[in-house]
Amino acid sequence: MAKGTNDAKLLIQSLRKAYAATPTSLKIIDLYVVYAVATALIQVAYMAMVGSFPFNSFLSGVLSCVGTAVLAVCLRIQVNKDNKEFKDLPPERAFADFVLCNLVLHLVIMNFLG
Amino acid sequence: MAKPLVLHLLLLLICGSALLSSGSVIHPISDAHRSAATEFFVPAADGSFGSLEETYEALRTFQILGLDRSSAKFEGTCKTVSEKLSSPTTTKDLYHALKITAILGCRTESIEFDGITSRLQTAVKDASSLLELYYSLGGLLTVKEQGKDVILSDADGTFQAIKALSQSDGRWRYDKDSTGSSAFAAGIALEALASVVSLAGSDIDQSKIAVVRKDITKLFDRIKHYDDGTLYFDEKNVDPDQYKGPLATSASITSGVTAFAAVSSEKLNIGGEKILGLAKFFLSIGIPGTAKDFFYQINSLASLENNRISIPLVLSLPATVLSLTAKDQLKVEVTTVFGSHAPSLAVSLLKVLTPDSKEVTSFEKKELEYDPENRIHFLDLSPLKIDVGKYSLIFKVSVNDPEGADLYATGDQIIVTAFLTGFIKVDKAEIAVSDSDAASESVQKLDLSKESLISLSANHLQKLRLSLQLTTPLGHSFKPHQMVVKFRHESKVEHLFVPETSSRQYKLVLNFLGLVEKFYYLSGRYEIELAVGDAVMENSILRSIGSIELDLPEAPEKAAKPPAQPVDPLSRFGPKEEISHIFRAPEKRPPQGLSLGFMGLTILPLLAFLIGLLRIGVNFKGFPTSAAPATFAILFHGGIGAVLLLYVLFWLKLDLFTTLKALGFLGVFLLFVGHRTLSYLASTSAKQKTA
Repeated sequence: MAKGTNDAKLLIQSLRKAYAATPTSLKIIDLYVVYAVATALIQVAYMAMVGSFPFNSFLSGVLSCVGTAVLAVCLRIQVNKDNKEFKDLPPERAFADFVLCNLVLHLVIMNFLG
Repeated sequence: MAKPLVLHLLLLLICGSALLSSGSVIHPISDAHRSAATEFFVPAADGSFGSLEETYEALRTFQILGLDRSSAKFEGTCKTVSEKLSSPTTTKDLYHALKITAILGCRTESIEFDGITSRLQTAVKDASSLLELYYSLGGLLTVKEQGKDVILSDADGTFQAIKALSQSDGRWRYDKDSTGSSAFAAGIALEALASVVSLAGSDIDQSKIAVVRKDITKLFDRIKHYDDGTLYFDEKNVDPDQYKGPLATSASITSGVTAFAAVSSEKLNIGGEKILGLAKFFLSIGIPGTAKDFFYQINSLASLENNRISIPLVLSLPATVLSLTAKDQLKVEVTTVFGSHAPSLAVSLLKVLTPDSKEVTSFEKKELEYDPENRIHFLDLSPLKIDVGKYSLIFKVSVNDPEGADLYATGDQIIVTAFLTGFIKVDKAEIAVSDSDAASESVQKLDLSKESLISLSANHLQKLRLSLQLTTPLGHSFKPHQMVVKFRHESKVEHLFVPETSSRQYKLVLNFLGLVEKFYYLSGRYEIELAVGDAVMENSILRSIGSIELDLPEAPEKAAKPPAQPVDPLSRFGPKEEISHIFRAPEKRPPQGLSLGFMGLTILPLLAFLIGLLRIGVNFKGFPTSAAPATFAILFHGGIGAVLLLYVLFWLKLDLFTTLKALGFLGVFLLFVGHRTLSYLASTSAKQKTA
């Protein structure tokens, strides 16, 4: 048992070191995703407590978080220099896409929010 | 259900008394006629009643009835009439105008009678029709009556001219060319002939007058009659324009015959009963419906009142419902048609008949006593010992003076219907409830004179018996027109029963066992109501006797339901039931505090994000420093902020269309600015890479 925990500790430490190597911009995006997902989880917990009325608002809120997280992940993929697929795509272009998609998402969300 | 029955009983009583005042009893002309005349003949502002003929008819009616003709309105009439007399008009208008002048007593100084006389004399000579002759001769007679000297030039010739138009059956034609003859024309012709005789003095051959007398007899052969002795003249309705109707025809003939009788030296061969029959006809009209009918009736009766053949005398009863309780006397009036006094008479009551035409044997012929003060013949009824009921009284009237008997027409036997009413005694009224085997009976006496109510109880195995006796004031057993016992349940369901009669008693036996179905198995309290009614009963009974608690078995499933009681038809206009609306219950919302708490909880990740960002070490190094790119960058961020703000406004109060419109502008702006900023950044980072 002690070996297991030791192994776990070693694993986490190595993961941390590896993560520290990632560029800052990617870290920002990761943090943003964590933030979005955390907000979504809080909303789900609230709904579980008080019931799903009004359901459209709940969906709107959760989907906004999830949607923006998804878009952030897409941005990360496109901005990541290690990703061969998107070598020729300038990160600014990706960011512009991110902003545009987010604005459209949020328009829809706001309409559905009620 | 019994309410209409009760009304029917009351109506029977009212109809009984109403029937008596019309139909078989004739009344002379009374003040009712006079007041009706003033309502009928209402003069216009200038004093006329319409045409000249209508004015004459109205004024003549007023004259006969003795109504006021001196009103100031009629001054205008006098003037109009005198104008008519001076101007050239038809003979008919001249005739009516002269008559009006005579009735109103107008001032005659301004009227040129010579001119009028000559006009009328020319008209007589040139006349081609019966009516022309009638009007011109009538006009001349009126002028003569005013005191002027009028001589008819060719009286014989005129007489012949009128006589030439007569037919063999006693009727007359209107002129030489017409084919149809009429009785109405006969009346006019007779009056015209009478005018000729009056105007000629003694020049007319008596044989000619005798021929006319024969014509009158033939005319009277055509008289028609009703069963009660009323006589009238009528014609076949061949030509609707010429048809005058029985009243006009009879009126014309009456005026004509009485006028001719006045100028004939010998008496006409017409019996007094014919004159009486005609008088009855005119009187039986009562108060006529139109002004013309009024004139015909009153004018005819006036000619009959003082005619030379025989004066009709009318017997009438001022009251036909006589009460034995009040000891009413039988009162009889005998007068002329206008209610004037008759000569000394003897009135006797010959017979008294019951409704099925049997004689009341206990009654012997009695002569009525005379009360000279009130001019009424009367008879005391109590010593006669006649019981209550409806009777036909047969009278005979005879004139005391034997010479006078010829002058007056009294008729043979006069039949009048009268009701003798009285107080009916109710005896031995009992109500009892007994068991089906009639072993025991609980009898209760009913005293219908008191207000007391009895109360009984019975179940479906028992019987109810109601019995009573009715006695007349003279002690005979009485059979009323209607006797009904009504049972009314609390729920307003009603049942009616008719007691049976046997010898002296009325008995109603109800066996509830057989009536359970009829009563719709409704147990409970039933009100008992008794109704006894008759036309001669002064104390008709309609009252509640009491109540009975009936205990009936339960209704089986197939039993008939009691009939629905009528709903007050006006109740559907009353207030209706209040409607309580059920709204969708609002969803349960979580308590305010919890919601706000979670809102705060949602902000937490944001704070964590910002703190994390600081921890990572974000900086604004990449922010462009030079002026133009910096503005663009600021604008870019500002634009994004503006869009987000727009979204917030959209959520709070804007609608989609406004938002989209604004978004369009902002979006275009943002694209432009963003493109500039990002391309600048891209170029800077590309420079960095290459550098």
